[in-house]
Amino acid sequence: MFNYFANPRRFMKLATVLSPWLAGATIVLAAAGLYLGLFASPADYQQGETVRIMYVHVPAAWMALFCYMGLAISAAVGLIWKHPVADVAARATAPIGACFTFLALLTGSLWGKPMWGAWWVWDARLTSVLVLFFLYLGYMALNSAFDDPQRGSKASAILAMVGLVNVPIIKFSVDWWNTLHQPASIVRMDGPTIHPDMLWPLFLMIGAFTTYYLWVLMLRMRRELTETRLRARRQIQAEEAGA
Amino acid sequence: MKRKHKRLTFAAIGLGLLGVAAALVLTAFEDSIVFFHSPTDIAEGKVKIDRRVRLGGLVEEGSVQKQASAVTAFRITDGANVIDVTYRGILPDLFREGQGVVTEGRLQGSLFVAEEVLAKHDENYMPPEVADALKKSGRWQEGSDQKHPSKGESAK
Repeated sequence: MFNYFANPRRFMKLATVLSPWLAGATIVLAAAGLYLGLFASPADYQQGETVRIMYVHVPAAWMALFCYMGLAISAAVGLIWKHPVADVAARATAPIGACFTFLALLTGSLWGKPMWGAWWVWDARLTSVLVLFFLYLGYMALNSAFDDPQRGSKASAILAMVGLVNVPIIKFSVDWWNTLHQPASIVRMDGPTIHPDMLWPLFLMIGAFTTYYLWVLMLRMRRELTETRLRARRQIQAEEAGA
Repeated sequence: MKRKHKRLTFAAIGLGLLGVAAALVLTAFEDSIVFFHSPTDIAEGKVKIDRRVRLGGLVEEGSVQKQASAVTAFRITDGANVIDVTYRGILPDLFREGQGVVTEGRLQGSLFVAEEVLAKHDENYMPPEVADALKKSGRWQEGSDQKHPSKGESAK
């Protein structure tokens, strides 16, 4: 399958078909999730209404990790198997993932002040997510730092793969060390510790964030592939005109 | 071996070694990565007490006493050991008996003088009615570790 869609033209066809469906799914899921999360779900017994920040914070943090996995895997496929579309996918994912990470840090901070009593603390979870944000920024900077885009993708792909070490650290930081951040509420051995009335809107929002990412990914990749094709065509024209 | 197989092997070995290196570093620095220490860590002398430390645990039931001029005295417990704490200042909203807290300050004799108190939120989310019903039916015990015995926080 990788090989099949490594052909940019075949991939463009697929992306064009998928985009409107992803856009529609994002709108439906986000509308349902926001309504349930902000209006129809109960307040928390301890946090009160502040709990509603969770409906943005958790999906954003989830996507921050999901996008990084996507980025690193695409970059690795691009580096090892030299699939041109994989490099485009990695480049297109980076800014989206960086935005999700920033959103997770920002909403966490807004929640932390009223609940913990601090905007920021240097515990293992918060620090490792900040490192993730810098990895995204580093990837983007390194990717565009070379005159030859091929060398840029190579160097930044290595950085993306090295950064993979941080992913399990983020996930398990709350289990391995004492942190101020709470342990996992959803993915845990004895099942979720969130009441179903709050869990459903959260799942809808996670779904909305995921389809949003895939939708924007398709748009960004189509844009870059079209640009590359245009550039190639112009070059051919210029050469023909010159000859 | 084809070139792409060479690259794959190289990447796999590289990532594996990097993972081992990261694990070693993180294990070596464990003491500085933990955000707070439990009363047991301090009682067993695992922590240097001549500098600022963070002490975390549950606020012991019935231990909170408001004293004059915004000073609060309470005890922090992890189930095994208890430490007396005083703090002057405004407490966070989530501060209450049975709730997890992280305090930062110095140990003076056997008294911990906190300069900062942070509330620790646990992993349980539920509507107030559900919390009340649990309390009524007697299935409620303050402290997240008792609600989920499989994953004790204070046991760490």
